[in-house]
Amino acid sequence: MDSYESTHQHIASSRLKDYFIGATPLQKRLESVRKQTSFVPTPPRRKIPQCSQLQEDNDPQKVAFLLHKQWTLYSLTPLYKFSYTNLKEYASLLSAFIAAEKQKGLAVEVGEDFNIKVTFSTLLGMKGTQRDPEAFLVQILSKSQLPSENREHKVLWTGWFCCIFGDSLLETVSEDFTCVPLFLANGAETNTAIVGTWFQKTFDCYFSPLAINAFNLSWMAAMWTACKMDQYMAATEFLWSVPCSPQSLDISYAIHPEDAKALWDSVHKTPGEVTQEEVDLFMDCLYSHFHRHFKIHLSATRLVRVSTSVASAHTDGKIKVSLNKSSYVIFPYCYIVFKMYGICIFHIEEAQWNANLRQ
Amino acid sequence: MSVLRPLDKQPGLNTATILLVGTEDALLQQLADAMLKEDCASELKIHLARSLPLPSDVNRPRIDLIMFVVNLHSKYSLQNVEESLRHVDATFFLGKVGFLAMGAGQESHCSIHRNTVTKLANTYRSPLFFCDLEREGFRATVAQRLVRMLQICAGHVPGVSALNLLSLLRSSENPAPEDL
Repeated sequence: MDSYESTHQHIASSRLKDYFIGATPLQKRLESVRKQTSFVPTPPRRKIPQCSQLQEDNDPQKVAFLLHKQWTLYSLTPLYKFSYTNLKEYASLLSAFIAAEKQKGLAVEVGEDFNIKVTFSTLLGMKGTQRDPEAFLVQILSKSQLPSENREHKVLWTGWFCCIFGDSLLETVSEDFTCVPLFLANGAETNTAIVGTWFQKTFDCYFSPLAINAFNLSWMAAMWTACKMDQYMAATEFLWSVPCSPQSLDISYAIHPEDAKALWDSVHKTPGEVTQEEVDLFMDCLYSHFHRHFKIHLSATRLVRVSTSVASAHTDGKIKVSLNKSSYVIFPYCYIVFKMYGICIFHIEEAQWNANLRQ
Repeated sequence: MSVLRPLDKQPGLNTATILLVGTEDALLQQLADAMLKEDCASELKIHLARSLPLPSDVNRPRIDLIMFVVNLHSKYSLQNVEESLRHVDATFFLGKVGFLAMGAGQESHCSIHRNTVTKLANTYRSPLFFCDLEREGFRATVAQRLVRMLQICAGHVPGVSALNLLSLLRSSENPAPEDL
């Protein structure tokens, strides 16, 4: 009874507080920055997300389409006045914009027939919680000139926008904005640039390339190693860059995936979550093994790439999920993707936190 | 002399000695040069070491301030500093030890999280400064700050002691370690 009363009181007082300080988005933002400053912002542990509900929602064909492609990561500020009901209109506007960019100087009309086609579609289920906005996909397709082949569109460029476990970002964004902080692009960079320009002009947002630092790469390595698979397609491979001038030197280190899994199992203690200590210990084991054989301190070098049977990531912000369709059936795709994108989103939050500190 | 103690030697006349510990030899050398360029009434002595303990057969002056330099791009430099810290007497941590974390500007190159060094500095109750030693202008600023700190730690600034400075450096942004 006592505990019930106290919680009740707490809720009431916090509401009262909201009322008095008038919780505007800016104040909420400040509040969350304060919260983050007073508590250490690294999660010393990360929960392995449960995604049973999401598996049901997502469209296997579309998800399969996202496999085996190399995606370049960008972080994105919230989109102003973006609406999921206008996707068709956006598609025609964007295709006109692309056509105009391609034939600089010549006027084009919206709705005119171009030799390219743009589609916008939602990716159902690609999100972490119910509050996260739906992910959406943008594609540029080439239209064949011959009418007989009209049905076969070749995909020239693909990009998608998502928000996975973006709770702390969402609470600071006001109603007019849609928060999809992660943008992934596959295709020619000129197309990425044109699409980026259109989004920046239309939704007043800003794209910036997202690098994955060695700290987060080791997290990904540990989490992907932890995934149990029936059949491993490739070795677990690490690439370190030795900082020596004038030429840089790379060290590649490949391990049998089952050995890597065994090592992880010996390090991993708490089921359902991964802690910073476990990740550090996992990497330290690899370092000391290498040092024993080659007398080189890998800990003095920089981890630039991690690739496993599950996925691979490069420090310059390129990732690829290498599961094939058959293993996808037994292994939920989103499970891995969540791990990966969760880290990216966390990274964006942290970058914002840094920016706030600088202000 | 495996453990460094702050007061086991007589101070030299008008001499202030700093010990810089870190794996980045070239950058430490440049930092030392920048410190020597600073205008300072005391006679500066700068010792560089990759790690502690220092060899015992060398005659060296009393050390007034130890700065541990961590390169955020290299886990090895952190491990090295953690190992070296064990060879420092507890009384040194009454204001005569500091941490420099370099490389935070290039976030994409970081192997060590910022909070790891913050925790380390809090554990040892010592101040932590983030810096960029690769840019000359930034290096000069760090050098200036270190020279000033060193003068205080050597007792060359009337009215301020090392311990005094330590308590002044603890701002509201760096909560006391008990609060973490």
